[in-house]
Amino acid sequence: MSTALSWFIIIFTLANIIGCYVLIRWSSKPIPGESKTGEVTGHTWDENLQELNNPLPRWWLWLFYITIIFGLIYGAIYPTFGNFKGVANWSQEQRYEQEVADADKKYGPIFAAYSKQSIPDLAKNPKAMQAGQRLFLNYCATCHGSDARGYTGFPNLRDSDWLYGGSPEAIKASIMNGRSGIMPPMGAALGDDGVKAVTAYILSLSRGGQDASVVAIGKSKYQSLCVGCHQANAKGNVAIGAPNLTDDTWLHGRSAGAIKQSIANGRTGVMPAHGNFLGKDKVHLLSAYVYSLSNK
Amino acid sequence: MENQNSYNYKIVRQFAVMTVVWGIVGMLVGVIIAAQLVWPALNFDVSWLSYGRLRPLHTNAVIFAFGGSALFATSYYAVQRTCHVRLFSDGLASFTFWGWNLIIVLAAITLPLGLTSGKEYAELEWPIDLLIAVVWVSYAVVFFGTILKRKVKHIYVANWFFGAFIITVAVLHIVNSAALPVSMFKSYSVYAGTIDAMVQWWYGHNAVGFFLTAGFLGIMYYFIPKQAERPIYSYRLSVVHFWALISTYMWAGPHHLQFTALPDWAQSLGMVFSLILIAPSWGGMINGIMTLSGAWHKLRSDPILKFLIVSLSFYGMSTFEGPMMSIKTVNALSHYTDWTIGHVHSGALGWVGLVSIGAIYFLIPKVFNREGMYSTKLIDTHFWVATIGIVLYIVAMWIAGVMQGLMWRAVNDDGTLTYSFVEALENMYPYYIVRLLGGALYLSGMFIMAYNVWKTVAGSKPADAPIPAAA
Repeated sequence: MSTALSWFIIIFTLANIIGCYVLIRWSSKPIPGESKTGEVTGHTWDENLQELNNPLPRWWLWLFYITIIFGLIYGAIYPTFGNFKGVANWSQEQRYEQEVADADKKYGPIFAAYSKQSIPDLAKNPKAMQAGQRLFLNYCATCHGSDARGYTGFPNLRDSDWLYGGSPEAIKASIMNGRSGIMPPMGAALGDDGVKAVTAYILSLSRGGQDASVVAIGKSKYQSLCVGCHQANAKGNVAIGAPNLTDDTWLHGRSAGAIKQSIANGRTGVMPAHGNFLGKDKVHLLSAYVYSLSNK
Repeated sequence: MENQNSYNYKIVRQFAVMTVVWGIVGMLVGVIIAAQLVWPALNFDVSWLSYGRLRPLHTNAVIFAFGGSALFATSYYAVQRTCHVRLFSDGLASFTFWGWNLIIVLAAITLPLGLTSGKEYAELEWPIDLLIAVVWVSYAVVFFGTILKRKVKHIYVANWFFGAFIITVAVLHIVNSAALPVSMFKSYSVYAGTIDAMVQWWYGHNAVGFFLTAGFLGIMYYFIPKQAERPIYSYRLSVVHFWALISTYMWAGPHHLQFTALPDWAQSLGMVFSLILIAPSWGGMINGIMTLSGAWHKLRSDPILKFLIVSLSFYGMSTFEGPMMSIKTVNALSHYTDWTIGHVHSGALGWVGLVSIGAIYFLIPKVFNREGMYSTKLIDTHFWVATIGIVLYIVAMWIAGVMQGLMWRAVNDDGTLTYSFVEALENMYPYYIVRLLGGALYLSGMFIMAYNVWKTVAGSKPADAPIPAAA
C-alpha cells in the first residue's frame, strides 16, 4: 500500500472514530433553546408522533467511550490503521509460522521416529496406524471416502488392484508427488461403431456374453490403438497408470455405457501431491496406513 | 376514490399482502433445506432441489422478497403520513411494486436453475441486477420526492433511517454487482481475488447494516410510538445513534474475512469498528424500548406491541453477539460454524421478522378499512409460536456451532486432529432436528398470520385516508 493511500485510510478511519467521540460529547451537553429534559421537543407528525428530550443514558455513554478507547488502544498495538504496524509488530503470517514451528517441534519427533521404521513394519504398529488413520480421514477421505473404498472416479484403496502399483515405494510416490492419469478420447479415431466394438472386446475380457464377430472387430482395433498403454494382454501398465482391463475392476463405472464413455471421450484423473505440505515423515506414515488396508 | 387529497394506500396494500406471501415462500424453502441437512435424500437427486441451489433462493426470498416488501410497505406508509403529502409519484410507486415482484419471480426461476454470480446475497445475474438498479432508483425518486414536497418542516426520524437505507443499498448494489457479462446468463465480477472478497463483504455486511438494520429501524421508529401511543424516548439519542450507526457500519465488513488473505490492518479495522458499533446499535434498542416507559402495561394486552418490543430484544442480543464474534480470538472458534447461522437467524427471525410482522399487523386493518385484525387472539398465538421457534433455532445453533468449533480444533497427543469433519457433522444431527423444528414453528406462525390477514381483508373496502390540512 502506498504511503499516500495509507495516510488516506488512517485519516479517514481515525476521523470516523473521533467523529463518534465528538458527536457524543456534543450531544451530552445542553443545547441552547431546547426544551426541558423529559418534555417533548415540540414537533408533531402524523397526529401524535412526538419526541421527548431525554439525555443519553449514562451507562450507554460509558459503553460507547469504552469501545472507542479499546479500539484506539488495540489499533496502537496491532496493525489496524493503514501501514502502521502497531507496537507489538504482530502479523498473522508470523503467528501462523510460529504455530507451525511450535507444532513441528512438539510433534515432529513422533513422526520422525515412525519414519525410521519400514512401511510394512509400521503397518503392523497399532499406535502408528491410529495416527495414520486420523491423517487419512483429514487429508484423503474427501475423495477416497472415510472407509477408503473410493467412489466412481476415485480409486478404492482397500482392494489389491493398483493403478500405479501397490508396493510400499509406489504408494509413497503416489502420495508424495501425486499422479495424473489421462485416458485420451478415442471417439474421433474409432467412430461410433468402433467404440462399440472395442467396448464389446473389453467386456469380453472380464465378462462373457458378447457377440463374437463384434469382439473380433474390436480386438483388431484394440491392437492398433490401445496396446501402447494397456498392453497386448490388456493387463495395463503400472508405470504410467494404465488400468488392467481384464480384472472387472472399474474406476469410472462398470456398465457398458460408462466404458463406452471412457473410450469415446477419455478420462482424466488427478491425485494431488501431498509431500510439499505434509512433509516426508507424515507421508511415510500415511503410506503405511494405505498399505495396511490391503495387506493385513 | 383516491386522489391528491388522500394518501396512496393502494401501494401499501399491495406490498403488505406480498410481505405475507413471500414470507411464507421464503421460510418454506428455509424449512425444506433445514430438512435436507438432516435427511440429505430429500433433494431426490434433482439438481434444482439440491441444497446449493435452494439455499440462495431461501436467503434472497426472506431478505429481499419478505423483508423488502415489508420495507416498501412500511416506508411508503410512514413517509406519506409523516410528511403529510401523497407519494411523489403513484405511477413510479406502482412500477416499483411490479418491478420488485418481477425481480423476485426471476430470482425464483434462475437460482434453482443454477444461474448465479456466486456472490452471497448478491447471486442474481447481471440482467436482473440491472433491473434491481432501475427499480431501486425509482424507489429513491418516489421516497425522496415525497420528502421534498413534505408539508411539515422537520423530517421525522423514521425517514432518516429509511433514507439512509435507500441511498446506501443503491450504492452497495451497484458497486458490488459491477460485472463483465460474457453471455445472457453469465458474468464475471470486475474485481479480482482478495479485492473481490473485500468488496463482496463490504456489500454483505452493509446489506445487513442498511437493508436489515437501518431500514427496519425506520419501521421501529414509526410503528412503536404509533402502537404504544407514546413519544419517542430521546430525540438526542436518535440523532447520535443514527450518525454513529451509519458511519461505523461502513467499516465493519472485513470481520467476515478474519484470518484470510485480507491484509491484517483491514481485518483488525473490521473488528475495531464492529466493537464501536455496539453502542450505536443499542441506541436504537434503548430508544424503542424506553418509548414504552409509562405504558408497560400495554405489553400484556397488545400482541402487536409484543412483536415490536421483543424484536428489539433480539436486535439488542444479536448486535451484541455480532461484535463479540468479530473479535479475532472468538472468530477463530466461531467462523465457518453453525454459530454464524444461529447469529444470522436471531437477527433475521427475531429482529427483522418480528418487527415486520408487528408492523404488517398494524398496517393491514389501517389500509383495508377495518377496526383491527380479524383476531387478536391469533396474533398472540402467532407471537408465541414464532418466539418459541426462534429460541429453539438459535439455541440449537449455538450448541452446534460451539461444538463444531471445539471438535474441529481438538488435537491428540501426536498432533493429529481428534475428529474428522464427518465425525463432527454426525454429532450435529440432534441440533439440526431442533433447528428444523424451530424453523417449522416459525413458518407455521406465518400460516396463522396468512389466515388472519385473509379473514381481515376478505370483503373489505380499501381505506381512503384524507391528508390533514397544513398546520
